[in-house]
Order: sequence, then C-alpha cells, then structure tokens
Amino acid sequence: MAHPLEIRVVSKRFDDPSAATLKGYLASDGYKALEKALKMKPEAIIEEVKTSALRGRGGAGFPTGLKWSFIPRQSPKPKYVVCNADESEPGTCKDRLIMQFDPFSLLEGMAIAGIAIGAERGFIYVRGEYRYLIDILDRAIAEAYDAGYLGKKLRGTNFHFDLMTHTGAGAYECGEESALLESLEGKRGIPRIKPPFPATSGLYGCPTVINNVETLASVPHIILNGGEWFLKLGLPKAGGVKLTCLSGHVHNPGVYELPLGFPMRRLIEEIGGGVQGGALKAVVPGGSSTPLLNAEEALGVNLDFDSVAKLGSFLGSGGVVVVNDRTCMVKFAKRIIHFYRHESCGWCVPCREGTNWLELTLTRFHLGGGRSEDIDVMFDVAQSILGRTLCALGDAAAMPTISIIQKWRQEFEDHLAGRPCPYEREFAHA
Amino acid sequence: MPENNSVHLTIDGRAITVPAGTLLIEACRAVNIEVPCFCYYPNLSVQAACRMCLVEIEKMPKLQTACTVPVAEGMVVRTDTPTVHKARKTTNEFLLTNHPLDCPVCDKGGECELQDMTLTYGTGTGRFDEPKRHRDEQQWSPVVFYDRPRCILCYRCVRVCGEGMDVWALGVGNRAILSTILPNAGDHLECEECGMCIDICPVGALTSGAYRYKTRPWEMKHVGAICTFCGDGCRTTLGVRNDRIIRGDNRDASGINGEFLCIKGRYGFDFTQHAERLKTPLARIDGELKPVSWAQALETVARRWRAIQQQGGRFGVIGSTRALNEESYQLQRLARQVLGTNNIDHHRSADLPTLYDALAGTSATGSAPPLAAAASLKTASAVLLVGGDPTYEHPLLAWNVRWGYRLSGTRLYVLHHREIKLRRQAHRMAVVAEGAEGAAVRYLAGQGGAVAARLSAVGPAEEKRYPQLPPPDPQPISGGLEEFKAELEKESNVVIIFGSELRGDDIRALVALGGRLAGQTRYIGLADHSNSHGAADMGLYPDLLPGYESVSDAAARGRFEALWGARLPAEAGLNQREMAEALDRGELAALYVVGANPLRLDPVNPANLRRSFLVVQDLFLTETAKEADIVLPALAAYEKTGTLTNTCGEVQATRRAAAWPGGKSDLEIIHALARLMGVDFGRPDPDRVFAEIRAHVKGYNVSVVQLAAGRSALAVPLNGAVPHRSAPHLIRSNHDTLFSDGTLGRYSHAINEVMEKRLLLPGQAR
Ligand SMILES: Cc1cc2nc3c(=O)[nH]c(=O)nc-3n(C[C@H](O)[C@H](O)[C@H](O)COP(=O)(O)O)c2cc1C
Ligand code: SF4
Ligand code: SF4
Ligand code: SF4
Ligand code: FES
Repeated sequence: MAHPLEIRVVSKRFDDPSAATLKGYLASDGYKALEKALKMKPEAIIEEVKTSALRGRGGAGFPTGLKWSFIPRQSPKPKYVVCNADESEPGTCKDRLIMQFDPFSLLEGMAIAGIAIGAERGFIYVRGEYRYLIDILDRAIAEAYDAGYLGKKLRGTNFHFDLMTHTGAGAYECGEESALLESLEGKRGIPRIKPPFPATSGLYGCPTVINNVETLASVPHIILNGGEWFLKLGLPKAGGVKLTCLSGHVHNPGVYELPLGFPMRRLIEEIGGGVQGGALKAVVPGGSSTPLLNAEEALGVNLDFDSVAKLGSFLGSGGVVVVNDRTCMVKFAKRIIHFYRHESCGWCVPCREGTNWLELTLTRFHLGGGRSEDIDVMFDVAQSILGRTLCALGDAAAMPTISIIQKWRQEFEDHLAGRPCPYEREFAHA
Repeated sequence: MPENNSVHLTIDGRAITVPAGTLLIEACRAVNIEVPCFCYYPNLSVQAACRMCLVEIEKMPKLQTACTVPVAEGMVVRTDTPTVHKARKTTNEFLLTNHPLDCPVCDKGGECELQDMTLTYGTGTGRFDEPKRHRDEQQWSPVVFYDRPRCILCYRCVRVCGEGMDVWALGVGNRAILSTILPNAGDHLECEECGMCIDICPVGALTSGAYRYKTRPWEMKHVGAICTFCGDGCRTTLGVRNDRIIRGDNRDASGINGEFLCIKGRYGFDFTQHAERLKTPLARIDGELKPVSWAQALETVARRWRAIQQQGGRFGVIGSTRALNEESYQLQRLARQVLGTNNIDHHRSADLPTLYDALAGTSATGSAPPLAAAASLKTASAVLLVGGDPTYEHPLLAWNVRWGYRLSGTRLYVLHHREIKLRRQAHRMAVVAEGAEGAAVRYLAGQGGAVAARLSAVGPAEEKRYPQLPPPDPQPISGGLEEFKAELEKESNVVIIFGSELRGDDIRALVALGGRLAGQTRYIGLADHSNSHGAADMGLYPDLLPGYESVSDAAARGRFEALWGARLPAEAGLNQREMAEALDRGELAALYVVGANPLRLDPVNPANLRRSFLVVQDLFLTETAKEADIVLPALAAYEKTGTLTNTCGEVQATRRAAAWPGGKSDLEIIHALARLMGVDFGRPDPDRVFAEIRAHVKGYNVSVVQLAAGRSALAVPLNGAVPHRSAPHLIRSNHDTLFSDGTLGRYSHAINEVMEKRLLLPGQAR
C-alpha cells in the first residue's frame, strides 16, 4: 500500500500482482517506452536520460546518461549492458522488490539501454541468495522473447537484444562492478584495476554499461514521460524519485519511493511512524557503508545526494537504518565491521588485514578488554584503510567505523570505565 | 627515442623523461628513487594488491599505486611526503598483523623482503595485539612447502607459475582474511617443480624441500656457477658452507637466464654429495676394483699406455658433454699429440658441423652472426621450432619463448611429430608423422612434396591485466603445411631452433629454408648437456680439430702442430660407434673415457672389453666405469673454474663453488697424464688454457672482460666449409626431461624424489 507521501514511479506496479506477467505489464503502459525508443536515435535516448538527471541507484550516484555516453560507439567490439542485481549492502532491500513485482520494467530498461549504447546482449547478475527471483526473471525473459521484446529484430526492427540471468555465489564484493564482471566471466570475484573503466573495457574487455536494477527500471519511465518530467519530480541535480529502504528502530519499516530531497525527519516520523524503543541516536543514511549521522544531523538533512554529502556522508544505495538510544555504538561498529571483514575479497592488504584487526579489537573492547589506546589505534587503522584500497569496499568498512568513533567516542570511553559493555547491563534492566 | 614517444614528468622535484607507457614505479627506479613494493614484479601482470607502493600524484585526490599507473605528460609525483611515509608504515604494519614473526627460524631470515621493508619503512613497534591465526605448514611436493601464516598474499607465486611457467599449478582459495595460496590440484602440486614460486616469494612462505632449515643465508658464501645439467647455460647461485653446496637459487638474476631456473639448476646440485660419489681412484686388482692412491693410479695408466704405444696398439678417447671447454680442449690435445690418435668423439646430440658447413655455403654470414643467443628469443619477432621439446629438454629456451609470446608478441611456429607443450604459445603448430620433420622442412624450403600435417593456432597473448588465466587452448585450423608455409614466409628475422630430429641433409634443407626468409635468420641447434656444444667446438670429433677445422687440412693442422711443437695425425679417426665396434673386435687396445658413459649407448660384450685397457674418469661408477681397469674420481663442474658453451654457442665463465677432497679436475688429470707420458702441458690453469683457446680456436676470440663480468659471449666458429663426415645415426639426444639428466640426474636425490612421488596417485603422496 502506497504511503500518501510517496510518489510511485519505479514502484508504481508493486501492488499489481499481474504486472509480473507480460499481459499485466502491457496493460499498465508496459513496453510503450521501448516502442518509443525503437524509433528514437540512440543519441536522443542518452540525451533524454541526461535531461532526467538520473543518477545511479547502486550507491555511487554517478549520472547515468553521462555513463552511457562514455561507450565508444565506433568500437568494433561487441557492447554489453549488465544489470547489477547483487543487492547485498546491509540496509538495502529495494532491487528485490522491482525484480519480484515489476520484472519487465528492468527488462525494458535494459533493452532501451542496449539500443542507446549499441549493445545486443545483456546480463542480469543476481545475488546468489535471491534464488527465488531468478525464476521470476527467467519467466519474464521467456515471455519477452516470445513477444519479440527480446531477441533478434526487436518488435520487427533491426535492433537485437539478448538477455540472460546469472547468479552470484554469495559475495558482497561481487556487487562492485568490476568484481561483478570478473565473476560474470567465470573468475574469482576480485575487482579490477581502474582505469580502464567498464565503459571502455568491461565484460570480456568490451565496452560495457553496468547499472543498478533501480537505475535501469527508471529508464522506461523517463523515456515514456520525458526526462524533464522525471527531473521535476526531484531536485535539479538528481532528478526524480528514489526508493528508500527504511529499517531499524522505526515502527513502520519498509521500502518507500520518495522524491529526492525529501526530509529525513519526515521519513522517520511521518512515514516510519517514529523511533521505536527509545529516542533517536543515529541514522545510517545510505546503507551500511555510509558514515553515520547523529540525531541532530539526521533530523536536519534532506534525502538527496548533495545534502547528505555536506554532512560527510552519502545517500548511497538508499538504505536508511534508524538507531535508537539504547543501542551500544561499539557493538554497532563491531557488527558492521564483522560484515566487512567477512565480505572483504581479501585481495588487498589494508582491507583484508585492517578489517580483521578492527573486528578483533572491537570484539575485545566490547567484551571489556579494552585499553584506552585502543580507541586511537582503531581510529588510525580505519583511517589507514580509507582511500588506500583497490576497491571501495575498504572505504565502506572504514567510513562507518571512523564516524562512530568520532561521534560516539564517549561510548568507547564508557566501555573502559564500566566493563564489559555498560549499556548492555543498563538496557537489559530497563 | 622519438620525442612523441617520451613522457616528461617530475618525481620528487626531479624532471625526468621516460618512454610512454612506462609504469610509474619503473620511472622511479630509473632515477634510483625506491618505491617499496611487494606484489609488483617486473614482467608479470600487475596486481595492486599490497598497497605498499602508494605515492602522491598532484591533482589526484587519493594516494595512487605506482605499480599500476602509467606515466603521463606533466605528472607531478611525490614519494617522500609524510602521507606517503605514513601509508607505508601502516601497510607494513598490516602485513605483520598475522605474521608469525618467526624470523629466527625462517629460511628467509636475512634475505627477506618483509624484513628489509620493515626495517626501512616500518615502525619499531607493532600496535596489533590480538590473537593470530595459526595454520600448519603444508607440503605440496617434495620440493615445495607452504607456510600460510608467513604468506603476505602478493600473488607473485601464482603469476610466475601461470604467466611465466605456463603451468598454472597455483591459485588463491577462500576469501578475506582466510585467503590462501593453494595448489589448483587440491592438496598437492602437479607441476614442473621448477621452484620459481619459491624463489620469487618475498618472504619465507614458500620454502624448498632441498634447503629448508639447513642453514642461515649469511652462513653461506654465494658463488655464481653455470648449471651443469642441460645445455641452456643458466647461472645458478650456489650457497656453500664448509665447501658443500647447500642451496641453488637465482636470487640475483644475473645470468643469461634472468630469474629463471628449472628444478635441475635449482635442486639438482645434491648429486655432488651423493653417497656413491667416488672418493678415491680405483684399480682392477684380481678382477675387482680396489681403492688405490692417485700416484699409483696415474702411474699405472701411463705405464700401460706407454706399453700399448710401443706395441703399436690403437687408442680411443671419449670426451665429456659436461667437462669445461679447457678440459675438452686439452683432452683432444692429449689424444692427438700424446696418444697420437684421432679416435676421439663425444656423445653427439646436435649436428653442429653440418649446420656450420651449411651456413658457410650461404650468404647468411652477413653482418651479424647467424647464431642466436638464448635471450634473443625474448624479443624475436618470430621463432620456428622444429623437433625437440624445449619445455622439458631446454627449460630456459622454453621460458624465453613463452616470454617473447607474452611480452613481445613473438609469433611461434612449431613443426613437430608430437603435440608438445609449446603449442600453447604457437601462432602455428604443425604436427607431422614421427620422422617426417625432415621431409616437412624440405617442403617448407620449396624442395619437396607436401607432407600431411595437422595444424593448430593460438591467438596473440592477452593484454597484461589482472587476473590472468591460462591462455585458451590452441584451435585446430585447416590448410595443412601450405598454410604454415605461407604464414611463415611473411616473417623476417626468424630464429630457428631445431632438435636432434634434424641431422645431416635435413639441416642443409633447414638452412635453405632459413635463407628464403626475409631479414636475417639465426639458428639454435639443441644439444643435450651443459657443454655438449663446447665439446663439439673444442674438436671432440675424429675428423675435426677445435673450431671445426679438418684434421686433414694441412694448414689448420700445421697451426696446432706449430703451437704444440708436435706432429698430429692427419687421418680421420674412429667415431664413438666405430670405437665400440673396434673394442668388440678386440682392435682397440686402450680406451680413455672422460666424463661419459659410452657403453650405455653402444654396449660392448664385457668379455671383449676385458681385452683392452679401459680408463674411466667420472664422478660415479657408471655402467662404463664398472668395466674399467682404472677409475679416476673427477670433480663436478661446480667444483671447477673455467668456461662452458651453451646450446646457443654462448660462452660463459663458471666458478668453483665447492670442493671434493678425493677428486681431481679433468684438467689436472689430463695434465698429469700428459706429463707422465712425457709431454708438458704446463700448469693446469684454466685461464692459461682459455687464453690458448681464444687465440687458436675459431670463433673463440671472445672478450674475457665480458666473461669475467658474468656475461655471455657468442662464439661463432664460422668461416668456410666444414669437411665433416656427417653421421646422422650418431646424433642421439638423451631426450632428458625436467626430472632426468644423464648420469648426474640419476644421482640427485631431489630430482629422484620428485620422480618417485610422481609414480604415486594424486593425493597418495607423502
Ligand atoms: C563493495 C561494493 C559493493 C557494491 N554492491 C553493489 C550492489 O550490490 N548493487 C549495486 O547496484 N551496486 C553495487 N555497488 C556499486 C557498483 O560498483 C556500481 O557503482 C553500480 O552498480 C553502478 O550502477 P549505478 O550507476 O546504476 O548505480 C557496489 C560497490 C562496491 C564498492
Ligand atoms: S578493498 Fe577489500 S574487497 Fe576491495 S579489493 Fe581490497 S580486499 Fe578486496
Ligand atoms: S615449482 Fe614451478 S611449476 Fe611448480 S608450482 Fe612452483 S612455479 Fe609452478
Ligand atoms: S607464498 Fe610467497 S609469493 Fe606466494 S603469495 Fe604468499 S608471499 Fe607471495
Ligand atoms: S606494489 Fe603496487 S600495490 Fe603492490
């Protein structure tokens, strides 16, 4: 059920059970955008996407139209469209809904991307744990082939677009685009050295566009209704609406589609129904890899790329995690770093060894074995991971840790005084 | 360097100019600015894994890895800032977090890159105070042991095995902090046991079964010797303690082999300490070989030889394919001048006289010599390989050919009767029927009809990006030998390598083929052992003097006669096979065998053998030595100083590393016997003998300075025809493998252990 404050674009068919069938999809404007795109010049499609100011929904927020325009059109090599459906960032759970309730919008978006960049083949790289989605996607793909929305001579034109799914095997790192490409090629999921970027040397060394599910699913709406229309839904530099995954200590967790620039306070209070179990202590603004905001910062910020960036954090993948004041931030830091230590691909030294160091020290610290110098050491270790790794997973591990030590240093001091974790005792009796 | 190919940049305030495409780390090295690194290794794919090489580049927000960033015009780089120093410190500290710090017992202690880096760039104390993860050491093969806690995951081993060796035996397993290097076969290696992975490991994570826990590096002296096994002439740095060799490796990479060594060069040295090594001379007394003194043994030999001479008995001499040039040279002098015979030969594996004769008849002797040094394979635009199997028989040449393919775009053409491993780098591989190589060469040279061939091809090497995978399998292609020929004829400046499959007239056809190709064609004839080529050059032939001059050429003979003040026999003598036949008929009164085992190749009825006087000089009691009247314990090449000539014709100096108290060098023995026979060869000083060789042997006037500096010098004994009685049936390659090498290989524990373990099923080992 849509919340009244939502503007439903990508999620507009989420309540329509028939939308996952071609018939149902066609009945709700499905594939009108593709029909339109088939008559457009590829450059015009890219222009339209540029006009919409659509920015990548996978985490980095890179302008999508610009990314597409980097594909060397004259290159004699085949070109590929790859959809990043590895959605593994803790706090993020939006792509799954698109694939479950509106799979054709992704298929349609990818075909349009294919036309735009001259690609005749696409891959959807789906997180291994999303096995149930594979069936849905594969069924949708089969239907689309039968109806000429995929395959040779799309709808009788001279455009071709083949599409298939591929599953990951349970590695967060395979969501990093170059590691994803390695994995898709059948190798270990380890990031590549960049440059070259996928646009020039991607899958099998060929020009490749790689986009998040939500990004690609936005494309048909943009083509159908115009870039201008999409832009106006949100803010000028980051057009449109965005799925926000609200979780943590709120009464109404869920995925909500909100215009960019929507105030965090309203998200938590009006949509989320307020903080559960205590007062607001912290907010993870964009998935577990983004630096945390304290209550004051969170309540004053608007959910758009630039506003969050001004506070030194990121809108990331749209995973907003609300943390109440009964949460031990040391434990929180430990939990986050546990994830990253486990998910580090292990290729490069600072990430592999640094996350291990941090988890070991945080665990000891939380259990009451902390020493006062540990706080600075952990801070320095995290700083020494930041910006020194091969891919951004290292940063993803370092940034939340750094922000927690900076903003909740007192809680660390408290652990030294009242060991083991002073909060756990206190909260247990509350 | 044309201006547009150069890039100007500033590093630490110094303006420098380097070729475009240079990696920043190499640009720094070029001006002696050290950028610490672990995962970077020249000529292997880049990894960006260790993050030790981070530097500041102006206009870039983050520190950048100097090992992956190519230089750019106007780039301003700083390697000496507080941020960079801090980054190095913490990266180094990260590497030590799970490191066991067991330096006091680690093989690598004292020459460990992690130790050195920690000393230079690390902190005095570590802040990591958490439990470390222990994992037991694993043995992957008789040669290779792995200690995970010491491993810093630089992936050098994986790359050198895959990209360098084309073996791909190693991989990375698990992820995150549990990442580990592991054999792709599971718990053991199925590989060439080259030990490259061990040598390239910057720390003590990979250790060798031959060396582990034996000594500390600073307790050894390190001597650069030339490997005594195959004909490629790799330098092996021998670690010696108390006159015994403890280790062979190649860490200074100063030889013609660069960083390369195969199992034999690295671990085969242990034959020198084999329990069965001869310690004293032996004489047959009452039918049995019994220890005698050197004086007794040598005097017996001289006395019997004199008696045979007086009775007019015939002598035969078989020389060695491993003795040094000086020794072979003096041996033929002994045969010709002292014993008065041209019955001298050696185990031939390459028909070099025919090659040189054929080359003399062409214009190939243009400006540059038509012989190719091993290193030229690394940069050749095209290589044609006919016969032979360099991967197993000439591992360095194979390494260089792969290098060329991988880094220089060399197009390799292989003509063979088997699908040899180098097909994986072959631009064109033609498989013909066994024995049809010669006919195929004639066809390629336009001299004969078509020969049926199966063709396959591999595309050019991938660009150097991570991660590297095994190259795709060669794909069958159509067209047969015609296509091969058409493709080959597009090439110029081809290096041709040929095995013992080609001999006699086949080689003439090969040279005709080479003459048809554009540019300058150069040749490498594959010869088995460390000095097979030198033995040929030094005149261990019944009809050839040193430098391929005919014994019946009065002028050439006259030069040596004048030099030695003696008459030399002018008639060609018996070859090895003919000497064996003469022995069998009782027509050879004495046979002197120096470092050879001729009875293995040409068996003689033992009863007939007893009728002649047999002297054998060797390290071990070989099949031939067992039949001898006198056995003289000789020194191994690693115990001698002198020169060797590799299969390409490159002369190199080798230095005495170890000692063997009971033995004498072949040179000493030859000189002593000559003196006892009444001819003074002078002091057995290899330098003096080499001076004579330089002055009198065609092609050997090479620079001693160059040799002394540890470099090789190509000897080109070419001018004029070589009137040689070609005997194709005598060209008999041992076809040694990585795990065998004539007599010596049989006495190397390290090599044998690998062979024994190979007989076991996978997983059954150890
Ligand atoms: C460690 C790591 C994990 C990532 N995981 C995902 C993911 O699961 N899904 C995703 O869409 N992008 C993920 N990304 C971002 C991608 O690298 C890439 O930026 C994105 O797929 C580009 O698509 P977009 O431009 O549409 O956002 C991840 C990045 C990193 C560094
Ligand atoms: S930062 Fe972490 S995940 Fe990324 S390459 Fe390095 S080890 Fe792998
Ligand atoms: S010994 Fe040589 S072949 Fe074997 S794993 Fe090591 S590098 Fe590879
Ligand atoms: S074993 Fe040695 S060479 Fe291989 S990854 Fe580990 S440290 Fe590097
Ligand atoms: S040397 Fe550059 S990252 Fe290892």
